[in-house]
Amino acid sequence: MLSISQEFVDAIYAHARADHPDEACGVIVGPASTGIPTRHIPMRNAAMSPTFYEFDSMEMLKLYRDLDDRDEVLVVIYHSHTSTQAHPSRTDIAYASEPDAHYVLVSTREELAGANEFRSFRIVDGVATEEPVQIR
Amino acid sequence: MAVSTPEIDIRIPTILLPYTSGEKSVQASGSTLAELVADLDRRFPGMGERLLEDGKLRRFINVYLNDEDVRFIGSLDAPISSGDSLTILPAVAGGS
Repeated sequence: MLSISQEFVDAIYAHARADHPDEACGVIVGPASTGIPTRHIPMRNAAMSPTFYEFDSMEMLKLYRDLDDRDEVLVVIYHSHTSTQAHPSRTDIAYASEPDAHYVLVSTREELAGANEFRSFRIVDGVATEEPVQIR
Repeated sequence: MAVSTPEIDIRIPTILLPYTSGEKSVQASGSTLAELVADLDRRFPGMGERLLEDGKLRRFINVYLNDEDVRFIGSLDAPISSGDSLTILPAVAGGS
């Protein structure tokens, strides 16, 4: 189960809506000791695409170095789908490489008419499993 | 005098830890990145395949020599010097 504050849910949605129709991406990190998400870091989508996202490689190096220095971990890795459901695609599953992270997807597709669709998955060894989300 | 091949530290990402028995930092030697990856694969069999495809670095594996993405400094031809450090990070990417 992913336990996350309303503040972070809102921040992820604000980022996704701001970057729409391109996909938005980022992370919520937290102390390695607790695994509780405490810090939102929006990442640049280097692909700048409505159908693809990729963390900018230099921004990503800095992120991982900071995590090491601060003894933090990636708790949530999120991205938006801008014309499809908030469900991992085949490419999302193929490239997922953080088995300990919660992969959050949000959708900003038009049919939702501004409603939120926020879902969380574990993606391990090529299998995505949806998990409950508890918003605090 | 023989030219010695530098042995440097390599940071291993979570998904490759099974190859290194869980070691997050390992050593390998080589005078270029290609030699380094070959030595890494000798020490930790299977690792080469995770990094290379058709003799090139895989598109969705980021490799950094010190603070540089190796794609900008010659990819597999990038020269390695003693005291360098290598960081391997799978790209965080996907698509709808």
